[in-house]
Amino acid sequence: MMKLAVGPVLYLWERTDALSFYESLCEAPVDIVYLGEVVCSKRRVLERDDWPDVARMLTQAGKEVVISTLALLEAESELATLARQIDGAPRLFEANDYAAVEYGAGRPFVAGPHLNVYNTSTLNLLARQGARRWVAPVELPLDTVAKLAATRPPGLEIEMFAYGRLPLAFSARCFTARSHNLAKDDCGFICGSYPDGLTLYSREEQPFLTLNGIQTQSASVQNLHPHVSSLRAAGVDVLRLSPHSLGFIDVVRAFDEAVNTMGATEFPEPYLPGGYCDGYLGGAAGIARAAHERGSRAPP
Amino acid sequence: MTLELVCPAGTLPALRAAVDHGADAVYIGFRGETNARNFPGLNFAYDDARSGLNYAHARGARVFVAINVYPGPGNWQAGVDAIKQAADIGVDALILADPGLMSYAAEHHPELRLHLSVQGSATNWRAIEFYRREFGIQRAVLPRVLSCTQVQRLIARTSVEIEVFGFGSLCVMVEGRCALSSYVTGHSPNMQGVCSPAHAVRWEETPDGRQSRLNGVLIDRYAPGEAAGYPTLCKGRFHVNDSVFHALEEPTSLNALDVLPRLVASGVRAIKVEGRQRSPAYVAHVTGLLRRALDSCLSTGEDWTAPRNITAALDHLAEGRTHTLGAYHRPWQ
Repeated sequence: MMKLAVGPVLYLWERTDALSFYESLCEAPVDIVYLGEVVCSKRRVLERDDWPDVARMLTQAGKEVVISTLALLEAESELATLARQIDGAPRLFEANDYAAVEYGAGRPFVAGPHLNVYNTSTLNLLARQGARRWVAPVELPLDTVAKLAATRPPGLEIEMFAYGRLPLAFSARCFTARSHNLAKDDCGFICGSYPDGLTLYSREEQPFLTLNGIQTQSASVQNLHPHVSSLRAAGVDVLRLSPHSLGFIDVVRAFDEAVNTMGATEFPEPYLPGGYCDGYLGGAAGIARAAHERGSRAPP
Repeated sequence: MTLELVCPAGTLPALRAAVDHGADAVYIGFRGETNARNFPGLNFAYDDARSGLNYAHARGARVFVAINVYPGPGNWQAGVDAIKQAADIGVDALILADPGLMSYAAEHHPELRLHLSVQGSATNWRAIEFYRREFGIQRAVLPRVLSCTQVQRLIARTSVEIEVFGFGSLCVMVEGRCALSSYVTGHSPNMQGVCSPAHAVRWEETPDGRQSRLNGVLIDRYAPGEAAGYPTLCKGRFHVNDSVFHALEEPTSLNALDVLPRLVASGVRAIKVEGRQRSPAYVAHVTGLLRRALDSCLSTGEDWTAPRNITAALDHLAEGRTHTLGAYHRPWQ
């Protein structure tokens, strides 16, 4: 049975908004919830003491909780936080840097989308370190994922980024602060003003990318909802839905229908500029939209 | 304590130029999708690589081979074959990024010295420790995201030699963690060894000025008389809130000479020059300038400052004819 996962919140939300978001997930048809900060070590979406409470609430609601960890680790303080998170993870942690694999070796973990797994040899290596699930890099075509799935280590689950603005790159530079002429060390948490990131347009006003602190995302939302049956056939076990600030539960419900009842509910219209894309799936440019050219309910 | 000058070569004449002008080591790639400078007409066939190695060894220089893409199942064999070829001609080190290929190299060619490529995205000592413990890497090339202080602290915590970038084009993103190019063109550094590939570039002359597009997306527009650069997509001008500006990075080159004494004092073991796609004349010029800078810095010590004529000559060769310290200098971040 294919499972639905809610990825880590990639933006800086208000504490109350984040708490009510996680409360809403308790009743939502999702199996797995990833918690924790992946983008910026300065952000405090929730207080340190809030996280265990949220994890407990979700676990009691029957969700599997995974603690996601930072993708770009530079400072000693960040490595110390990483160690604390891995030691405190209820069951699984998500490694997004090889520092996490090194520290957590031997413990069960999820190999996150930023570990650059492109072949069977790397996947086997991570399984030997303790990986129980693998989130494919966003640029990997589905036929490559299918090939890796066919020879996967026993018991390893495969997860794909099925919905959300694509996390494309990380930098030392904070682009959101820079766009406001603020220094990174004196950013005033300006990224908190953009609960879905700050859209960057070409000079022809094409929504192109999204600035999210040190992370650069796509402006388009990758939406693999029309492709659920192909994903299932390729051996994908888990679909990751990456949160945005409005109407996210409707997206979860639409995916749940596609996965569990083969229903054909109308998929919510995109509310972020940039619309939907799905090009990576077929090995094309990620920005391309194959299924959506023909309408969001077209067969794959 | 030695400090190695590691220079790029995309062709045999460029390799000779680097060796003749003072490189301690030259790094090259084989033709095809096995390295991060997979450009038409560039890189080494097997026989050229062997000739280059002989030329370098006869003059006391070393040769490293970069096999630094992340091969999928379809080009895994090409990666393995490249490792075999490199081993066969007796290269001095392999520069690898993919843990799977590292695993293969460590198992089948334990005699080969392994360097972790900048494409391996290791930005902290613990990640480097993973590659040392698993594969016995002897050197790591750091992504261009750390400040000088962070480089110093990292070196204090690892037994692996550290190589850093000294001059050349600047990646603003963590190398190996950037899918911007594949998002726009379908081709990326990790998969095909290319960024913003030439086949996707289109130039247009319009009433508003000259425009560059990458797979249809407008990357930049130039006023009449304004110098136009290659449309690397992170160096275009875009619209954010109410401004049009270089929202990610300006067209500029990295030049680390202003912090060279600090890097040397921190224990950096090698200074790398970017640019395997550059001409032999460029490689000769930059190698010669860097050689002079390193020698005078090593003999002067901590009080050394970059001579103005060297900085000016490097600026003349730089992208946008200007330079930055990049992430080495915290305010850049």
